[in-house]
Amino acid sequence: MSALLTMGGVRVRYGARDVLHGLSLELARGELVALMGPSGVGKSTALRVIAALQPFDEGTIAVDGFALSPGPVPPESRLVPLRRRVGLVFQAHALFEHLTALDNVTLAPRIVLRKSKAEAETAAMQLLATLDVGARANAWPRELSGGEAQRVAIARALAVDPPLLLMDEPTAALDPARRGALGTTLRHLREQGRSLLVATHDAEFARAYADRVVTLN
Amino acid sequence: MLTTRLALSLVATLPLQGQSPRILVWGGDAEGGAPFVEADPANPSQVRGFDVEVAARIARGIGDRTARFVQVQWSNIDQSVERGDFDIGMSGVEDTPARRAQHAVTLPYFEFREVLAVRPQDAGRVHGLADLRGKRVATLGATIAYELLERARDSVGLIAISYDDDVHPYADLVTGRVDAVLLDHIIAQRALRRAGGNAFVIVSSPVAIGHYVGVLAHTHAALRDSIDHALREAMRDGSLEQIFRRWNVWDDGEGAFFERVLRGGQGTAASATGPKGLAQVVAYLPSLARAAGVTLVASALSMLLAVVVGLGLASARVYGSSWVRMLATVYVEVIRGTPLLLQLFVIYYGLAGVVRLPAFLAALLALGLNYAAYEAEIYRGALEAVARVQLEAARTLGLSEIQILRLVRGPQALRYALAPMTNDFVALLKDSALVSVITVVELTKQTAIYATNVGSWVVPGLLCALVYLAMSLPLARLARRLERRWSASSSRGSA
Repeated sequence: MSALLTMGGVRVRYGARDVLHGLSLELARGELVALMGPSGVGKSTALRVIAALQPFDEGTIAVDGFALSPGPVPPESRLVPLRRRVGLVFQAHALFEHLTALDNVTLAPRIVLRKSKAEAETAAMQLLATLDVGARANAWPRELSGGEAQRVAIARALAVDPPLLLMDEPTAALDPARRGALGTTLRHLREQGRSLLVATHDAEFARAYADRVVTLN
Repeated sequence: MLTTRLALSLVATLPLQGQSPRILVWGGDAEGGAPFVEADPANPSQVRGFDVEVAARIARGIGDRTARFVQVQWSNIDQSVERGDFDIGMSGVEDTPARRAQHAVTLPYFEFREVLAVRPQDAGRVHGLADLRGKRVATLGATIAYELLERARDSVGLIAISYDDDVHPYADLVTGRVDAVLLDHIIAQRALRRAGGNAFVIVSSPVAIGHYVGVLAHTHAALRDSIDHALREAMRDGSLEQIFRRWNVWDDGEGAFFERVLRGGQGTAASATGPKGLAQVVAYLPSLARAAGVTLVASALSMLLAVVVGLGLASARVYGSSWVRMLATVYVEVIRGTPLLLQLFVIYYGLAGVVRLPAFLAALLALGLNYAAYEAEIYRGALEAVARVQLEAARTLGLSEIQILRLVRGPQALRYALAPMTNDFVALLKDSALVSVITVVELTKQTAIYATNVGSWVVPGLLCALVYLAMSLPLARLARRLERRWSASSSRGSA
């Protein structure tokens, strides 16, 4: 299996402090990797540099042939190929407050992939149903529970069909039953051939569902 | 000029308490200028003019008193004299039935003619108001001349334009902003001398005849009677004639007028008697409604301009390069740091040499561009209040910066901005009263005209306040509702 994501010696500094000191990592297609380590060790930072939300100082990153270089984050116009390859589910789900669950999911397919409204909504409803939140399609983000909001956020990230899905602390707001359901969902996604990199400090969850655990320290 | 007026008003606001009975305090407006009252160029803390000398003659005639001048805005003379700010108000105060009904008014001491001034090329064509159908005719607000024009608006179909001073109507006549000016002949003659003698033509046949009087508080009928006595004496002994001759305002007509007054044959009041009581209120309702419409339309259009320009400025401050940000910041600070009134004058009069904007358009521009600075700050704050993670989420989905602004950041910022915007619109509604200084008759100006005509602010003031409240209260309510609604949703929606 060829690597979908390759990171070599990635270093991020905040002033004099190293947040990431030389992270190297390979993620194969269809692989679910847990990125572990105590709080503040740079798990979220690692996800953010892969998603080109913040710059890194040294090293190399490539996602399915698209390479990022150290230094300032390039303008969005140059990141279009990366945006098609990488989806990110934020810890605080970050659903758009002014849109319903369904509109959150259809926004990118309609605007970025230029799908018709009907086409985007049919696909979104399927996705929401698969994630067991089909009934909440017309709810506002403020009306969703933590677990529901997170699954809508996953649906939103998957709606543009990225081969790599990054997730930041997905179990943080979930009760044990919901944690199990999430794990099943992630495995299901992996079985469809998607690669997942999940930052978590939940060792039990990582052991139960990840193919491999990478520990930062 | 400004320092002169300041000095005058400082002198003028000296308290009256404990004043000597040997002094007659009289109020007038030195801004009106010569030949009525003006600051003496040789000694700007002193005033001169025929009204100054008439006041001195009256003071001498009622027991050897000396006259002391108090500066008062011309349109407020009646209210000020009732408040007791001075004994008698003068400086071109017109004899009207309303004034006689509300105050103690002296004998008329000068007869003037309401005359039309037109541009030289119109001189052969215009002989009276009837020749001015569809034309813009300017005058000083709250005068007999304005009343004449208001009546002619309905009967002849001319457009009456009200000014706050008697200089700019003639300046605007020369530049073509208005087609004619109707004012007292001595004001017209002075303006013609200033403009160089052939910039416009004064139509020889007068539109109406009026008289200047002194006005006293209605409780001061006894003082008025002794002033009337002094005025008759000054007409008889020729001292009044001498004063008017010195100021070049004497002609044969004045002599005949004096004779009529001394014979007791001079009636009062130039204008027709209007309705009284409730009928009077009803008679004014249409013009108040029209003025309220002007206020509402001017405010709504200005707000539209303010929103559009404000959005541009806010985007420049949030997204622009460093020099674009700096330009936008300079605009916002200059506009917020200078008075709206100054901006109005600059746009209407200051730019007149470059572009002669119609008054209403100038008002829209001034209000709109002024409020744009405040809107820009609201929008900038609202844009910056949208959580960063919302923008990052949009970015990871592949939206461009423009799409993010249009579909995510803009709509969310709008929620934060709506309540303060509504508050600003209420403020704009009230600030629009300022545009009356550039001849736009809106609600407050119309109320002032109404109040001057009826001689009281009570009913006009109440009516005006009711109309403003009717326009602003629903908006204030809307702002409160929006605030409650969005604050409830955003406190739960953002993590």
